[in-house]
Amino acid sequence: MGLLSDPNRRRALISMLTRLNAPICVVCYFAGVAWFMGLAFEPFTLRTYMSENAMGSTMVEERFPAGERALATGREFAAHKKKVGGMPVDWLVKNMQDRGLEVFTQSFSRTLPFPDENKERYIVKGTNVYGILRAPRAPRTEALVLSAPCSPGDSNNQAVGLLLGLAQYFRNQIYWAKDIIFLVNEHDLIGMQAWLEGYHHTNTTGMSWSPLQGRGGSIQAALSLELSSDVITSLDLVLEGLNGQLPNLDLANLFYAFCQKIGVLCTIQGKLQRNDWDSVSGYSHAVQTMMLMVMKQASGRPWGDHGLFLRYHIEAATIKGVNSFRQYKTDATTIGRLLEGMYRKLNNLLERLHQSYFFYLMPSLSHFVSIGYYMPAFGLLAVILLLRALDLWVQLNTPPSTTEDGVADIDQVRHTLLSVLTPLVISHLTGVALYALPIRFQETAVEHFPVSETEAVVLTAIAIYTAGLALPHNTHRYYIMSAVPDVRGWRVLKLIAVLYLAVLLGCTALINFSLGFILALTLVPLAAFVTPHVPKVLSAFILVILSPACTLLFSVFFFQELQEMPVSFQDGWLLYLSVISQGILDHSLYGSLVYPLIALLVYPCWLLFWNILFWK
Amino acid sequence: CALHVICCNAGQFFSSGHTNNWAVLVCTSRFWFNYRHVANTLSVYRSVKRLGIPDSHIVLMLADDMACNHRNPKPATVFSHKNMELNVYGDDVEVDYRGYEVTVENFLRVLTGRLPPSTPRSKRLLSDDRSNILIYLTGHGGNGFLKFQDSEEISNVELADAFEQMWQKRRYNELLFIIDTCQGASMYERFYSPNIMALASSQVGEDSLSHQPDLAIGVHLMDRYTFYMLEFLEDIHPASKTNMNDLFKVCPKSQCVSTPGHRTDLFLRDPGSVLITDFFGSVRKVELTMDAINLTDPIKQMEENPVNGEEQKEVYSYADQLPVSEIIHQKPKQKDWHPPDGFILGLWTLILLVFFKTYGIKHLKHIF
Repeated sequence: MGLLSDPNRRRALISMLTRLNAPICVVCYFAGVAWFMGLAFEPFTLRTYMSENAMGSTMVEERFPAGERALATGREFAAHKKKVGGMPVDWLVKNMQDRGLEVFTQSFSRTLPFPDENKERYIVKGTNVYGILRAPRAPRTEALVLSAPCSPGDSNNQAVGLLLGLAQYFRNQIYWAKDIIFLVNEHDLIGMQAWLEGYHHTNTTGMSWSPLQGRGGSIQAALSLELSSDVITSLDLVLEGLNGQLPNLDLANLFYAFCQKIGVLCTIQGKLQRNDWDSVSGYSHAVQTMMLMVMKQASGRPWGDHGLFLRYHIEAATIKGVNSFRQYKTDATTIGRLLEGMYRKLNNLLERLHQSYFFYLMPSLSHFVSIGYYMPAFGLLAVILLLRALDLWVQLNTPPSTTEDGVADIDQVRHTLLSVLTPLVISHLTGVALYALPIRFQETAVEHFPVSETEAVVLTAIAIYTAGLALPHNTHRYYIMSAVPDVRGWRVLKLIAVLYLAVLLGCTALINFSLGFILALTLVPLAAFVTPHVPKVLSAFILVILSPACTLLFSVFFFQELQEMPVSFQDGWLLYLSVISQGILDHSLYGSLVYPLIALLVYPCWLLFWNILFWK
Repeated sequence: CALHVICCNAGQFFSSGHTNNWAVLVCTSRFWFNYRHVANTLSVYRSVKRLGIPDSHIVLMLADDMACNHRNPKPATVFSHKNMELNVYGDDVEVDYRGYEVTVENFLRVLTGRLPPSTPRSKRLLSDDRSNILIYLTGHGGNGFLKFQDSEEISNVELADAFEQMWQKRRYNELLFIIDTCQGASMYERFYSPNIMALASSQVGEDSLSHQPDLAIGVHLMDRYTFYMLEFLEDIHPASKTNMNDLFKVCPKSQCVSTPGHRTDLFLRDPGSVLITDFFGSVRKVELTMDAINLTDPIKQMEENPVNGEEQKEVYSYADQLPVSEIIHQKPKQKDWHPPDGFILGLWTLILLVFFKTYGIKHLKHIF
């Protein structure tokens, strides 16, 4: 009656599947890559638009007058910061109280698993200071957050100054329906994590902090401000957060709408918009912008202080002031007005931002690609794995040319299962070792080798990774095999590995599309072509090139190229090591999932394919 | 001679046929960004009060409180124009149905009078068969429905049936229905009761647009149709003789962008003879006369029947409540023949097919 139950038709379908498998896989791969590249082509994208009715248009009157006074406050803050040598807690508390806010502080401390060489910290102790502006007539059920980090040296003084200036201005208005919390956090992300954990009464990362004395209500939206100069030429919007999570697109739309209204130059990924989408350079510009977003999202780290809010379902973004060599400068009053307008519109919100997209890619600030448009690119890559799995299933089910009798069959099945289970278990144990051992054995490594703790951790990780390459030669000793060679064993292992990879990549792409896609780009071809019968040396080389570690290495170089700051090989290698250490630190400090994913799941999967290549 | 003059004046005196006026003003939207609907309703409320209808005869239903909304930078006020001259909220506003009480059920109960006995007088529409009622609705609407409170809708059929109930219960003499929503004309398409005149701000397929954005308050303050209608009404005073034809001309397409519509086929009088104040005002007609009128017949005392053992019994019967055919001279509507419902047809076909499949076609002859 149908295509699948009629044996003749089924045979024809299966033979077509096995004959055309490789060509279809190749076509799908290139179609997936082409689809992805086509996402940045402007006619395939949509213009951004405000979806939330309550926020409507930019129909407010911004009247913030005190930009210069805010800069003076920033200079005072810088002086006090230098005097105290850290966060001037008392000055901030007094200043915020004078402006009419309810001020509270929170102290926190954390010992990192190993020293962070990028930011030069190991045992971190700090204080967050925050002031709450209570809504004059509303019950204290909802809140908005404006935060500025207290950074060492000369950075972000103007941000704190503008924050205090806005606090004073906002305090004089009567139309606030939500509490506004002005937060100055120390040690950027660590302080923010401590504050958020204290606010929401969770403790996921093992930090110790003092409980918050004052609270505002459930936070609806948050903005983090980074401003290090008195005048700016453009404002940059940073959206990527922890684990590649993005805020609701409406927040970006709101920012863009106000940028257009007030006339400030706004960028995303530090790149301006261009109108010439039909020229090659215009298209490559859009591709670069999109690839920067993909790279940043795939890394899974929060790229601004806002990144940690997203986990609590609070829509947040970071606004960075950039001062480059352009002629037209924007002063602090205008930035203050932009923020005032955004907060007035966020004030009108009646429920959390949910009308617009949560999963999107932005080739420019005014265009976006939603999940419905970019997922097929990944789907085409995943289809390759499914086709390969079908092909293997067909091969496994066709009766072998040498006939066996029934007794030997059962033994064969048992040997097959055992010979498949062994690589699986050993690969995953190696993955666990890669995850747990670097941090655990850093002291012993430091004793025996002349390296610092950070280098010890990173080099231990690389060492375990490389040691895994030697496994196939060793695991064969542990096989309990009979003399009968196992022709089907590698097929079963490959079938399991391919399906495992498909599920793994699928789940990753759902949560963090960029990470899933990049891993798919390199892992799917190797999963498709690897068998014990391909030339060993060449395939081994290709497998190593396409492994997650090398993908990371190439991504580091590519990322630097995209940012137009290309690095030499030496610097690139050092950058690569620091990226690995940052990944491990992010996991233990903020709960980033990229390092456990790679170590515990992706690397064992890749080892399975390595085992298949060296199958005897 | 004097009598004839009096008769002519008396004819004009009683030409409209109503003795009291009521108004039901409803704003159906909530949320801060629907400020303009509350401003619309309050502007009409203001005009209606100014022209004489007292609070006891106005049922005002506002779905949300804009004046005391936390986001209002001018608390306790609702403005209709961005020059903020006129605070339509005022200090003598009486809102009868507020907030979540504005529901479709409450609205229909007010119209039909089927309210629980505990309802206070201020929440009732106590009209009789000599009342002229003004009904004003505003909010978000579509083709054939009006949205109440973002969670339910009233359809034009329900509204027409409610008006028919009002007619059969003799709850109005004449009714003026004004609606300012998108596709408002669809709401009056289904009316079938007599003595209803209807106006809408836009036709089916058109959107009614808002008029005034105010940057200081941050919302649109008013809708176009009601804005121009308010401007028109500000010129009306209790003694003015402007009639409905002028109201139909309010807000042409050049000002309103949408095409306002009206419906007068159910109304008995000619719209040109209907005064605006017949609906928007509560005009007490006072006629001063300097002439003395002789009552021609002396007043006779009625003799009381002595109470005797036998009581005279008279049989009373109800007058015909629904002399509709006497009042309306309309041709009865032809009921269109509809083919039988597809679903029923399909169902019977299915049953027959199953029957014949099971028992075979050869049994057909046993049935027929």
